[in-house]
Amino acid sequence: MQVDGRDNSRYKTFTRRMMVLGGGQAVAFVVLAGRMYYLQILKTDEYQMLAEENRINVRLLAPLRGRIVDRYGTVLASNRQNYRAVLVAEQTPDIADTLGKLSRIVPITPFDRKKIMRDLARSPRFMPVTVAEDLTWDQFAQLNINEPDLAGVQPDVGETRQYPYAMELAHVVGYVGPVADKEMDAADDEQPLLKLPGFRIGKSGIEKTYDMQLRGTAGASHVEVNAYGRVIRELSKDPGKPGDEVVLTLDMGIQQFACDRLKEESASAVVMDIHSGEVLSFVSTPAFDPNEFNMGLSQDQWNMLVQNPYKPLTNKALAGLYPPGSTFKTMTAIAALESGVDPSHTVHCNGKYALGNHLFHCWRKEGHGSMDMHNGLKNSCDVYFYDVAKRIGIDAIEKVAKRFGLGETYNLEIPGEKAGIVPSREWKRAVTGIGWQQGETLITGIGQGFLLTTPLQLAVMASRLANGGYAVKPRLTRAVGGELLPVPQAPKMDVDPEHLKIVQGGMNGVSNEPGGTAYKSRITEVGMELAGKTGSAQVRRISMAERDSGVRKNDTLEWRLRDHALFICFAPVAEPRFAMSLVIEHGGSGAGAAAPAARDIMLEVEKRSLARPQAYMPRHDVEEG
Amino acid sequence: MFDLRRFTGREMRIGDKLFEFNWGFLLLLTVISCMGFAMLYSVADGNFSPWAWKQMVRFVLGAGIMVVVALIDLRLWMRVAYPMYAVALVLVAAVDVVGFKGMGAQRWLNLGIIQIQPSEIMKVAILLALSRYFHGLTLDEVSRVKNLIVPLLLIFVPVGLVVKQPDLGTAILLTVSGVVLFFAAGLAWRYFILGGVAVLAAIPVIWGRLHDYQRNRVFTFLDPERDPLGAGYHILQSKIALGSGGVFGKGFMAGTQAHLNFLPEKQTDFIFTMLGEELGFVGGLTLLAFYSVVLIFSFSVAMQCRNQFGRLLALGVSITFFFYVFINTAMVMGLLPVVGVPLPLVSYGGTAMLSLMFAFGLLMSVYIHRNLEIARSPSAFW
Repeated sequence: MQVDGRDNSRYKTFTRRMMVLGGGQAVAFVVLAGRMYYLQILKTDEYQMLAEENRINVRLLAPLRGRIVDRYGTVLASNRQNYRAVLVAEQTPDIADTLGKLSRIVPITPFDRKKIMRDLARSPRFMPVTVAEDLTWDQFAQLNINEPDLAGVQPDVGETRQYPYAMELAHVVGYVGPVADKEMDAADDEQPLLKLPGFRIGKSGIEKTYDMQLRGTAGASHVEVNAYGRVIRELSKDPGKPGDEVVLTLDMGIQQFACDRLKEESASAVVMDIHSGEVLSFVSTPAFDPNEFNMGLSQDQWNMLVQNPYKPLTNKALAGLYPPGSTFKTMTAIAALESGVDPSHTVHCNGKYALGNHLFHCWRKEGHGSMDMHNGLKNSCDVYFYDVAKRIGIDAIEKVAKRFGLGETYNLEIPGEKAGIVPSREWKRAVTGIGWQQGETLITGIGQGFLLTTPLQLAVMASRLANGGYAVKPRLTRAVGGELLPVPQAPKMDVDPEHLKIVQGGMNGVSNEPGGTAYKSRITEVGMELAGKTGSAQVRRISMAERDSGVRKNDTLEWRLRDHALFICFAPVAEPRFAMSLVIEHGGSGAGAAAPAARDIMLEVEKRSLARPQAYMPRHDVEEG
Repeated sequence: MFDLRRFTGREMRIGDKLFEFNWGFLLLLTVISCMGFAMLYSVADGNFSPWAWKQMVRFVLGAGIMVVVALIDLRLWMRVAYPMYAVALVLVAAVDVVGFKGMGAQRWLNLGIIQIQPSEIMKVAILLALSRYFHGLTLDEVSRVKNLIVPLLLIFVPVGLVVKQPDLGTAILLTVSGVVLFFAAGLAWRYFILGGVAVLAAIPVIWGRLHDYQRNRVFTFLDPERDPLGAGYHILQSKIALGSGGVFGKGFMAGTQAHLNFLPEKQTDFIFTMLGEELGFVGGLTLLAFYSVVLIFSFSVAMQCRNQFGRLLALGVSITFFFYVFINTAMVMGLLPVVGVPLPLVSYGGTAMLSLMFAFGLLMSVYIHRNLEIARSPSAFW
C-alpha cells in the first residue's frame, strides 16, 4: 500500500475540522428549529389572525332605506328596483374604451364620465362602481346580451328611492342624494356605509331629519378573497336591518287636495289638529321633483328652479315670512280684552284715524260707521283696531302675540323654520337704535309694520285660539320604527276662555254672518261651518297722491306688488277640531283669494275626518312591496 | 482505457459495487422527494400536472444518474475533474454571451432540446476540481501562498461570471463551498482570519455594485414591514403562512396563504413555507430531521474514506447540500434576505434536481470506494 507519510496528519486535521463544521451545522439546525418554534408555536395566534385578515374580506351591503308613510299608511317614500350597470376596474383592460362601448347602449355624458372616473379613483380596484343607473328594460337586456364584449361591466339591480307624490311632498319628505365629499370626510369609521358607491343619504326634510333611523343597519358579506382581491366564495352573510319606517301625521288625501287647489299659485297652507298639534297638511307651492334630485340635477334644471320667481325651492310654510295683516287683529282683540277694553266699547269709523298730524286709513275708504269688537273683527275694521291698539299699547299686544306662538320656532321635524318678528320696544331699540313710535303701535295693531310671521305660526295661532287656550305645538311624525311617539300634553295658556269665546265669535261673524268679510266663502254644510279671519298684507307703500286719486286695485298691479292674501280659520265652529292658515303670495285680498281656497280645503278635511275611522298602525317589520 | 488494477491491486466487480451501494440512503432521498411531490400536488390544487408529475420523472431520472455515477470508479472522477471544470466554465461563460433570461436574470442556456443552467453544473465541477487539487498537496504545502493561487482562481473565475448574470445565490454557494474545502484541506487559520477581514473591508465595494433589487432584498430583510405590499411582501406573507400553520398545520391542501396566492413562488423557493403552513411545526421539523440524516450520512462517508480526494468530495457535496437547505429555510423564515436558492429535492426544478442527484452519485461513489487508497503524487496517478 502506498501510504503517504504525511497523509496521517492531513487526515487528523481533516477530522478535526469536520468536527468544527459538523458542530456549526448542528447549531444552524437548532437555530432553524428554534425559529420555527417561535413562528409556529409562540406567535401562531398572531399569524393566524393575520392570515385570516388576508383571506377574509368584509363587504358592506347597503340596507334598505325605511319607508315614509302618511297617517293612514299611504306610501310617501319607498324604494324601487333600479337596473344599473356597474364596472369593476380590475376586470377592465381599458376603462375609457369600455365606457365608449357602453355608451352605445346607454348614453354617458362627459359629466357622468367625470363622476365615474372620480368614483373609480376612490374605491379599490375590485370594488364595483356604478356607471349607469335607471336603465330601461331594453337597455338592461342589451347590456346582458353584450356582456362578453364589455369586460368588467356587470348588469346589476339596486334599490333607488322613489317618491310617488313627488311634487306634493317635496318640502316635507325632502329627498336623498349622493354623499358629498365633505360629508364623506366628516364621516367616521362608525359610518362605513357612506363610502359605499351609490349610497344615498337624506338631504332635506324628513329624509334628512330621520336619516339615521331611515338608513338602517348595514349588512356584511364575509367573503374569502385571494391575493388579488378576487372573491373565491362567500363565507357568511348578514343581510343587515332595513331602516325604520317613519309615519307622518299628514293625511295624503288632504295634502293632495290642497296642492291641487293651490298649484297655480305661489302659496302655502298648514292644516293642524288643534288638540294634538298633528299637522295634517303642509303645503308649499310650487315645488320640485325630488326624484330628479335623487338622480342628480342638470345645470339647466337647477337654474330653472333657482330663477323661478315663485321660489319652488323655498318651503314657504315654515320659511316664508309675511306680515300677518288683518289675521293679527285676533291678537289685538285678545290683548284689548286682557287690558280691560270692554267688547261693547264702540269706535266710530269714517275711513280714517288721526294720530297727531298723521292720518291712518281704513281699508274701506268710506268707513264702517260704529264698530264694537265683534263687528270690528267681522268687518276687519282698521280704525277700530287703531283705536284699541292706541289704548292698550304695544307691550300688551306683544305679550299676547308671543303667547299665541308668534315670533318663535317649534322644533318641527323638518329643518328651516323661521322665527319671524314680533316687535317690541326693546326689539326696535336694539335693531334700529330708535325709540318706539305710537304710530307703529297702530299699524302693528292691524298686523302690518314690523310684524313678520310664517304660515306655520299662523296655523299655531289659529289652533290656540280655537282649542280653548292650550299652547299646542305642531308635529309631523306619529311614529318611528314602529313606536308611536308620545304626544306631549299642551300646557294651558294664561288666557281667559271668555276672551277666546268673544274672538271666536268675531271669527264666526267673519265667515257665517252676512256682511262678514269671508261670508262668500262660508261652508254651508250644517255642522261643518268654519270660522275664519281674512288678511291682506300690503307689500308696497301707498302714497298720499294715490290715496287722493283712489288706491289702485290689486289686479291692475304687477304680481310682485299685489297684496299677500291670508286666511286663518278653524272648524267646525260648534266643536272645533282643525285649524288652518293659508297664504297666497301676492294673491290680492284675503277675502277674494285665500278664503275660498281655505274653505275648499277645510271642507275636504272635515269630510275625510268623518270618512276615515282608522289610523295606520305603525309596524316594526317593513318588507318592501 | 486504463487499467485500474495498476493502482489498487484488488478491484471491485460491478456486483460488489451494487452490494456496497447504500440503498437505504437512496430510500431516504426518495422519502424527502415524496414530501416535495405531495407539496407540488397540493400547489396544483390536487393535480399531478403541471408540477408533481414532472418532478417525479426527474427524480427517477436523477436516481438513475446517481446509481451510474456511483458505480463509476472514483479515480476516473478524479481524472475527469479538471476537464469537467473546463467544460463547465465554458458553459457559464457562454451564458453571458448567448444565454437567455428567465425570472429577471440571465442564467439559462438553450441546447436545442433542453435548457440548462450551467451554474448548476459548475457547482459540482468546482467540488471535483478543488478536491482533485487539494488531494495532491501535503498539509504543509496547502498553506503555502503559491499553492493558493490556483484554487482561488478555480473559485473566483466562475463566481465572477455568475455574479454578472446576476445570480447572487449561486455565487455565494460557490464561494462558501470553496472556502469550506480550503478549510477542510487544512489551510492555516491565519488565512481565514485574513480573509474575513478582507471581506469586511470589501462589503462597501460590493454594496456599491449590487443591483437595486438585490439591495432591496437586504433592506427588506432588515425590516420586512417597511413595505408590506412591495418588496417586503414575500417575507411577510411567508412568515404569516408559516406562523399560521401552528403545530399540526392547516391540513394537506388546506393552506389558505398558499392556495389563495398570498404566498409567492410557492412551488419553488417558498415550498418550505407551504409545507409549514399545511403540515405545521411537526411537518417542517420532520423534513429538517430527514435532512439531518442526509448530512450525518454524508459526514460519515467523508470520515470513513481513506483517500483525501474522496473525503474532500464527500464533504463538499455535504456542505453544498447543507447550505442549500439552510439558506432556503432561513430565508423563508425571515432569518436571511430573499435569495433565489431552491430547497434541495423538494423545490420544483429540473436542473437543480439532476445536478443534486449527480452530486449524491459522487457521494455514493466515494462511499463505495471508501477503502481505495490513492497516491498523492499526480505523477503516480497520471
